[in-house]
Amino acid sequence: MTAPRPGGNAGTPPRGIRRIRVPQKLRNLELFLVVFACGINAAAVALVQLGALGGIDLATMLTLGLGLSVLVLGMHVALRFVAPNADPFILPIATVVNGIGIAMIYRIDVSRNVSGWDSTAVRQVVWSGLAIVLALGVILLIRNYRVLQRYTYVAMFLAGILLLLPMLPGIGREVYGARVWIGIGPFSFQPGEIAKIFLAVFFAGYLVQRRDSLSMVGRKVLGIRFPRARDLGPILVLWALSMSVIVFQRDLGTALLYFGLFVVMLYVATGRTSWIVVGGGLFSLGAVIASQVLPYVNDRFTAWLDPFNQKRYEEIGGSYQLVQGLFGLGNGGLIGTGLGEGRPDITPLAQSDYIFASLGEELGLAGVFAVLALYLLFVARGLRISFAGHDDFGRLLGVGLSFVFALQCFIVIGGVTRVIPLTGLTTPFMAAGGSSLVANWIIAALLIRLSDTVRNQPRLVI
Amino acid sequence: MSKELKRVTLVVLLMFAALFASTSIIQYFQAGSLSADGRNSRSLYASYDQQRGPILAGGQPIAESVPSSDEYKYQRVYSNGPLYSQVTGYFTQGQGSTGIEQSLGKELAGTSDSQFLTRLNSIFTGKSPQGASVETTIDPNLQQVAWDALGDLQGAVVAIEPATGRILAMVSKPTYDPNLLAVHDGQQVLDTYNQLLAAPGDPLINRSIAGNLNPPGSTFKIVTSSAALQNAGIAATDSVPNLSRFPLPGSDNTVSNAGGGTCGGGDTVTLQTAFVLSCNIPMAEFGVKMGEKNLTDMAKAFGFGRELNIPMAVTPSSMDSGMGDAQLALSSFGQWNDRVTPLQVAMFSAAVANGGLLMTPTLIDSITAPDLTSIKSFSASEFARPLTTATSQTLSMFMTEAVSSGAATNAAISGVSVAGKTGTAENGSGDPYTLWFTGFAPTENPKVAVAVLVENGGGKGQSGTGNSLAAPIAKKVIEAVLGK
Repeated sequence: MTAPRPGGNAGTPPRGIRRIRVPQKLRNLELFLVVFACGINAAAVALVQLGALGGIDLATMLTLGLGLSVLVLGMHVALRFVAPNADPFILPIATVVNGIGIAMIYRIDVSRNVSGWDSTAVRQVVWSGLAIVLALGVILLIRNYRVLQRYTYVAMFLAGILLLLPMLPGIGREVYGARVWIGIGPFSFQPGEIAKIFLAVFFAGYLVQRRDSLSMVGRKVLGIRFPRARDLGPILVLWALSMSVIVFQRDLGTALLYFGLFVVMLYVATGRTSWIVVGGGLFSLGAVIASQVLPYVNDRFTAWLDPFNQKRYEEIGGSYQLVQGLFGLGNGGLIGTGLGEGRPDITPLAQSDYIFASLGEELGLAGVFAVLALYLLFVARGLRISFAGHDDFGRLLGVGLSFVFALQCFIVIGGVTRVIPLTGLTTPFMAAGGSSLVANWIIAALLIRLSDTVRNQPRLVI
Repeated sequence: MSKELKRVTLVVLLMFAALFASTSIIQYFQAGSLSADGRNSRSLYASYDQQRGPILAGGQPIAESVPSSDEYKYQRVYSNGPLYSQVTGYFTQGQGSTGIEQSLGKELAGTSDSQFLTRLNSIFTGKSPQGASVETTIDPNLQQVAWDALGDLQGAVVAIEPATGRILAMVSKPTYDPNLLAVHDGQQVLDTYNQLLAAPGDPLINRSIAGNLNPPGSTFKIVTSSAALQNAGIAATDSVPNLSRFPLPGSDNTVSNAGGGTCGGGDTVTLQTAFVLSCNIPMAEFGVKMGEKNLTDMAKAFGFGRELNIPMAVTPSSMDSGMGDAQLALSSFGQWNDRVTPLQVAMFSAAVANGGLLMTPTLIDSITAPDLTSIKSFSASEFARPLTTATSQTLSMFMTEAVSSGAATNAAISGVSVAGKTGTAENGSGDPYTLWFTGFAPTENPKVAVAVLVENGGGKGQSGTGNSLAAPIAKKVIEAVLGK
């Protein structure tokens, strides 16, 4: 922080502080960006209609555009009262990515000729509404994020229950081989998406308490201080948890997500590189063993390494989807086919796991870069909050939520673009599916709350 | 904690950098190879979603894309499909394409390098890119005459303008209707395709430029005589012993003339008489006398073994090298391993007709962009100069005499001087003959050079001849060109 300059006016606050504490300006910027985002969303739907239908269907456009816009603007108004110092970029970014996702889902609906409640886009709008209301609820309910620290073990308990739910007979459902869904009647939900938030809260609370014992003692090997055997307990438990997700729920991506989150938070909390080495080693070992023992993991690896092999392309569990996604992206080229002008519907799961490939086909590399930049900006805002936080719980929670978001982007988009083997995770804010939307909007809400607290209480005095 | 946060930030940046890189690689650097992958149905859909340029004959479309009411924007339509099938080829969903549709596919689709600016323009104007139109050299009337003249026979007709190399007619039978392969139902296309593959007479093959090729029989005597006159210094009046049986050197087999006896009267026979009466024995004698190199050199000068695209790739005609005298004797009258396309046989006549200068055969007059700017326009080019003017004049005289009073009389047209040579090639004992005629007219100012191939003996086994079955077909084509 800049100290008041000698000879300066002692009555006014230092420059740095004055610049931060201008809530009115922040909220106006947010309003401008949110309106801009809603405009982009409406334009995207209009382009889909012009491209795929050849004309504007106003009723559908209102259904898809208005609900989201009204709720987001409502949230903005609420923030003016309950979190006036919140980061002004998080809400607009979430809005525009959510809206582009709806337009893309609608575009696939058009090519499948479905409408009304059969339309995935309409259901996505409803889920978005619910997610935004829940996010607002989180902001209203948690006026001070520090209360979350009190519920460290409650969060652990809830995360455990959510993870176990799909394994329960009766409500657990298996979709495309992965047992990560629960279903009640026509509604289905992926509780693991919500679990990652509880895990982040739990890790933050737990590591704040325990980091001293996890960081201070141990033997030094090759310049890196390694932990004592008895301190390996927590990371081994998490490793076992991730491995059981791979084995029993058959979900490689989620396992990597949870484990990566834990290792990074552990590293930030303790400052010990050895945790990264230990964690990375454990997970690599697990992945190698899994790829040898579990056929579905092995399929993913071979499809990743040699997708264009005709045999792999044709076999069940092979590379068909991966290759179709690449064809779609290639078809998009630099500037894309234009919304409604490509054939993203050829790729399986074009609305959910593969929405990124659909987007790349119709908006091209230009659109893909824009969306990646939006994701990166979202993560950057989160990390910024973490940098500026005053207490370790807040900083850990901030980095945890931001990193889990970034890692999820990397796992799913990296899978689609052959950086890593393909695993089934949802593209944040964009992929069709309620659980993912709810989870990511709650992450946005928590980051908004964190950022408001950080700016509201500048660290002037220690 | 800030140090750790900075490192985590760096890791996040690296993860996103990997994604920026991977998407760039796929969408920019690999886009071309991905779109070329045969399994990429998007390339196919794209080709149906854009207006492919038409193929024209005499200014009228013989293949064009018209708006379609189904899931694709356009339907490829071949007016008079079977008649032009070997020129246009087909353009299918899943089974590739042939003919001009294949060899000029990029121009028709508007994606050739020379259409880059047009494509760029269409990106900014928002208009969907349109393919170029291809004007062929085919004369619709002549094509129809050739089609009708060939009737139900299995074979081919090729007509070339000797002075330019423009192909005026190209028919191959049996053939197929490309419209049946242009339907937008992959399964139906596959069924039709398999049916055509299994059909007798290989209708999918354009036998005028490709296929299994046929022995040229006596039409090859044009090459042998040219070689004798030009390469071996033999004069038209030089003679060899007139035998009724010629024992093949180093073999128990003998060669006889088509009629069974000697070649006309007398103890000796000249090159001219041997050509006009189409005798095998003296031609074999001349062949052995001049040696293999003189013969194969002349064949190469006419285009044997040479790559040619009209723009479709033409299978090069071929003959053996390193033959013994027995094989050379047989090869001299178009047997042994001599194998030719009808186009190559038409090129024999075209070279003689054009004073010894062989022009590059082509099917394409011009390629024009949708905005009527010219992308490529045809100009006559020299393919080879196999004959000197003197040799070509001698050959022209030989061929004229063959029609007026020799072995090719069925091609004679009253009031017009026609030059020609027949061929009746054997395919193995008991197998039907391959019947040929090639010629040009009028002799003094040639307008057209023709080759007619009738396979499978024209349905007459070993009793048909080139003069009885092939020459009348050529006559009708020549008459049509000369407006008779």
